[in-house]
Amino acid sequence: MNFNFDDFLPFTFQPSTALIGGLAITIYAAIIAQLLGVALGILAALGGRSRNPIINTISGFYVWIFRGTPVLVQILLLYTGLPVLLGIDLFPRLYELGPIDFRGAVVAGILALGVNEGAYMSEIVRAGILSVDPGQAEAAKSLGMTPRKTMRRIVLPQALRVIVPPLGNEFNNMLKTTSLMSVIGVGELLRVATDRSSSTFRPFEPLLGVCVYYLALTTIWGFIQGRIEKRLGVGQATGEPVLGFWARMLSIRTGRHAEGPMR
Amino acid sequence: MSGNQAPVGGAVSHDLLGAIGGVPVPSTDVVVDAQDVDKWFGKLHVLKGVSLQVRRQEVVVVIGASGSGKTTFIRCVNHLEKIQKGRIFVNGHLIGYREVEGRLVEDREKNIARQRQEIGMVFQRFNLFPHKTALENIIEAPIEVRGTPRDEAIEMGRALLLRVGLAAKETAYPAQLSGGQQQRVAIARALAMKPALMLFDEPTSALDPEMIGEVLEVMKELAREGMTMIVVTHEMGFAREVADRVVMMDDGQIIEDGTPEHFFTNPTHDRTKSFLSKIL
Repeated sequence: MNFNFDDFLPFTFQPSTALIGGLAITIYAAIIAQLLGVALGILAALGGRSRNPIINTISGFYVWIFRGTPVLVQILLLYTGLPVLLGIDLFPRLYELGPIDFRGAVVAGILALGVNEGAYMSEIVRAGILSVDPGQAEAAKSLGMTPRKTMRRIVLPQALRVIVPPLGNEFNNMLKTTSLMSVIGVGELLRVATDRSSSTFRPFEPLLGVCVYYLALTTIWGFIQGRIEKRLGVGQATGEPVLGFWARMLSIRTGRHAEGPMR
Repeated sequence: MSGNQAPVGGAVSHDLLGAIGGVPVPSTDVVVDAQDVDKWFGKLHVLKGVSLQVRRQEVVVVIGASGSGKTTFIRCVNHLEKIQKGRIFVNGHLIGYREVEGRLVEDREKNIARQRQEIGMVFQRFNLFPHKTALENIIEAPIEVRGTPRDEAIEMGRALLLRVGLAAKETAYPAQLSGGQQQRVAIARALAMKPALMLFDEPTSALDPEMIGEVLEVMKELAREGMTMIVVTHEMGFAREVADRVVMMDDGQIIEDGTPEHFFTNPTHDRTKSFLSKIL
């Protein structure tokens, strides 16, 4: 074994601009794709509950397709397949939006990840909506609220408590799934590592180096998620203990249950 | 939990409806006019030709055994349940449906929502919004549905809380309130829409015995002030004291309809006699 600390340590702890850039792309691609996924997930979940059969079918079809095929294939279909099929340069090298340039590949990657994520989020949102006592919607309707207002003001805010823990899990996943964008040439973390190894012929050290970064990202996110969940627990009797960061990280069950009504 | 409240009876101020600017006046003398209503749950025939008129400022108590259709019936009055035959008019409006060539077609959600603004409903399980405080529960619909300015809604909400004896609980979340307190907030929430009619669906059935009194007290005060009410309940004391009319339902039909005196001293129907003998 010949692990090269002289390669690993500076790569990881004296990061090049390429690595910093890769980190930035990983973070913002994950955030934007996740936001897109949440938005599409809510739409698809609501569409799935619609009384309109056309909207209903479209929602079902969307979830079926995007959960049923690999996300890596979807990325390639969108970025390399679709432009050839349509004969249009859908994702040019650069999008210029004021002072910011987006590489077309980044746009395609985020789009594919977001649309894929929406299909998973729709199931999570659906479960969240179903978890809200039907009496809540009845009370809102009996006060004269329209179904739309009932959903937005009463049901969705309560569904959030059920949606947020798996949503945090999804984002944890998303932080790592952005690495798939490396196959279409996006210079995110993994791509920086593989670029490096192709010049040094030592793949292990830079790959381990970016693992340190992924782990740091997911750890920080775990901490933030714990804070968000604690906040959402305020003022509500859930009957379930809100687990702190370390308890969740280490899967510790405290056994002490917060006070709440018996179900 | 209600230890800091004034004793039951003294907890309710004497102008509950003053808090919403006086007794809402229904636009018709017959506030509820249900005509020959039929409802099925699948193959189960739960309402069999129910007809009932409720006049302005009248308090009608509906009694009957579980499964007799009384809860289903009042849920039909604000269209939380669909009906398959008959008509229900509230305030002169056909509820939940449009008539197209003599047939009932379900109305648009927007219209149904508008009709429900006139009809307050209080549920057995309170159904307060757990993510909102007592005051926020009350002001939600006036602001979101009626478009009442926030300041005005808050002022009315506070007045209502004061009059149901819960002024100190303004910022409490439902989970921090006892059942009786939650139900009083729920009544205030329904009143904040200034409804012409209040429906109560077994409002004390989910309460511990010591909390039933404080909720009934609020309801009695409402009745005294002239609110038009339909109350489904097993509280015979309330029926005797407050009701203008008592209606007995059995197997999806109204089998007896009369004054409390008639009802408790001289019921005509055998089924009513046996029901009363079990419950009293």
